[in-house]
Amino acid sequence: MRGQNLQLDEQGRLKHLLTIEGLKRQQIVDILDIAESFISVGDQQVRKVPLLRGKTVVNLFFEASTRTLTTFELAAKRLSADVLKININTSATVKGESLLDMLHNLEAMQCDMFVVRHSDSGAAHLISQHVAPHVSVINAGDGRHAHPTQALLDMFTIRRRKGEFAPLTVAIVGDIMHSRVARSQIHALTTLGVNEVRVVAPKTLIPAQVESLGVHVYHDMKAGLRDADVIIMLRLQKERMRGAMLPSEQEYFQSYGLTRDKLAMARPDAIVMHPGPINRGVEIDSEIADGPQSVILEQVSNGIAVRMAVMSMVLGRPPAENAPAEAPAKGSAQGEAS
Amino acid sequence: MRLSILGGRVIDPANGIDRITDLHIASGKVLAVGEAPAGFEAGRVIDARGQVVCPGLVDLQARLREPGQENKATIASETRAAARAGITTLVCPPDTDPVTDTPAVVDLIRHRATQAGFARVVSLGALTKNLQGEQLAEMSALKNAGCVGVSNAHHAIASTEVMRRAMEYAANQDMPVFLHAQDPWLAAGGCAHEGMVSVRLGLPGIPEAAETIAVARELHLIEQTGVRAHFCQLSSERAVNMIARAQHDGLPVSADVAAHQLFLTEMDIGFFDSHCHVQPPLRTQRDRDGLREALRRGSISAICSDHQPLDRDAKLAPFPSSEPGISGLETLLVLTLRLVDEGLLSLPQAIACISQGPAGIIGLSAGLGVGERADICIFDPEQYWELGAEGMASQGKNSPFLGWEFKGRVTHTLLAGRLSFSSESL
Repeated sequence: MRGQNLQLDEQGRLKHLLTIEGLKRQQIVDILDIAESFISVGDQQVRKVPLLRGKTVVNLFFEASTRTLTTFELAAKRLSADVLKININTSATVKGESLLDMLHNLEAMQCDMFVVRHSDSGAAHLISQHVAPHVSVINAGDGRHAHPTQALLDMFTIRRRKGEFAPLTVAIVGDIMHSRVARSQIHALTTLGVNEVRVVAPKTLIPAQVESLGVHVYHDMKAGLRDADVIIMLRLQKERMRGAMLPSEQEYFQSYGLTRDKLAMARPDAIVMHPGPINRGVEIDSEIADGPQSVILEQVSNGIAVRMAVMSMVLGRPPAENAPAEAPAKGSAQGEAS
Repeated sequence: MRLSILGGRVIDPANGIDRITDLHIASGKVLAVGEAPAGFEAGRVIDARGQVVCPGLVDLQARLREPGQENKATIASETRAAARAGITTLVCPPDTDPVTDTPAVVDLIRHRATQAGFARVVSLGALTKNLQGEQLAEMSALKNAGCVGVSNAHHAIASTEVMRRAMEYAANQDMPVFLHAQDPWLAAGGCAHEGMVSVRLGLPGIPEAAETIAVARELHLIEQTGVRAHFCQLSSERAVNMIARAQHDGLPVSADVAAHQLFLTEMDIGFFDSHCHVQPPLRTQRDRDGLREALRRGSISAICSDHQPLDRDAKLAPFPSSEPGISGLETLLVLTLRLVDEGLLSLPQAIACISQGPAGIIGLSAGLGVGERADICIFDPEQYWELGAEGMASQGKNSPFLGWEFKGRVTHTLLAGRLSFSSESL
């Protein structure tokens, strides 16, 4: 199993989505293109396409989530799948059942897809190694490792706003050390060939050898934002704002909070992103979060289309082959970019 | 039993022997090397032509899981696996359940090993009561019960004062202290080397400094207390360089390395292969090369298995939640032999690292000289075989080397002149 890319089948097609790492550029572009074709489903009178009719999707969330869980559920329902949500707090794992035993029991109920969130890095990989051959696994965030659909929806949002990836300078600001979102974004951005990916944070929140991922490290926020086209702010966990990681929320905001004067260092047309939920006044000033350069709510809407695209692809029925007549045609990202 | 081993390549690093000759054994001891004494009649003859005859292997670190965790393994199951791997002496760390901090536990372990009859098991006693790092264990009683050293296993002693007093007391008892150098705060929550792989996989990292800082602290205390100290399973190049420097300065320190650390690196974790979850973690290629170089120049004098048999479920969890450890008895010899094929060590040097070297650290002899105890390993150096879970004798099948092809297979093991393993009986 060592070194094997578990998420592709023998033909190199997406079987699971566990991480962005190892995906080819074209595979990412395909996902974004298919997401583009789903974007208008939400605007239709009947917000459903029958691509996953008869399929059962299980949302297996071992960690609290509102936004990701809801958008996965909505995405599955818009694809006409039956959706189960397992409440882990009251489930058998609390009673001592192992993760894999629980999984096999669910499998025995003829499920087709597990959407997994777990606090341990590698949980989705482990599950994908032990599910039945017909079952797909989508990683909805594992430990500090990966959150691939979040990164994909971020790429989708960037492409819609900026068009080409190649000329862009992207700054990711905040807790890089503990962020699965940042890791997936870095893999996606470098694979898509952006000009420069920067990570901006105090040394306590930058993991050792992060440069090996192909990023440039900045500890000075203004320097890190200079001429940036895209600014991605990361959520800061409250528990890291005390003790050994950071002295206080106030000091963090002063140095690394996105304010008008710091934003002024970036390009005038720079967009501001955040995977949410936002700590206003800690990572970002409300004035910026709600300002004209913010695309934060757009990210949330785009999340549904991107998750629909991924779910339809891993179950092997991309809309190009099976889309119903009412489903929109594959959109052109270039054409829609503003 | 009188026994002759004929025509083998006898390699005995302790006595500087490396030649094709015969060995004759009586009353559990080596009676003669070369010609049999007049009137000697062997009750059994082993034809060792084409094979290597060497001292039985001594493994400085093997967890047998008994007492306390018999669901993972037992003394009987693991000593049987040891015999099949040419090992005749196993050193058992004190983190048993109950902890080896009383003579009763030492006696129990020895009794069970004697009952099983496959290998000798010697204990390390606890350095502090219940390994809690607060009150000194009764080291004198433990020594009288047969403990060959004292250790706090993987339980860090937070208080430098307690560590100093423990070392002083151990020095007073003339007992070597076995140290697992890892700063508990820097390592807390980590499961992989802090570096390229941990950043990529988002695994909480254990920095190299967790080891080097602890080694530095212990070296200062060793210098002050004059205790004999042995560093267990070092993992970083910097740490072994610090040990080499201390040895150069005349400090009474030795060190060992786990066999897997000489072959695997952080890269072997791949996509979360929990079989590569070990403590200390697999580090960089540079560290691996540094460990090899330390072995070659002699600042590391022993290779151990760091045997930790686990049940199947222990590795069936996401990497950070899986239990660390490798079932290592059955790969100790063959991994060491691989260092010979790779040109790092000569065959006698390699054998010394798993016999004479570790034996010296616990105050035993491991030689085949006349009158010495006939603990002997005979192996075919040219036989190829593949490690498979079903073929492992250990109850723990948790090995990252499953599927590897190895060269060199044990055919006979003698424990005090008695066959504890023979491939003929398989």
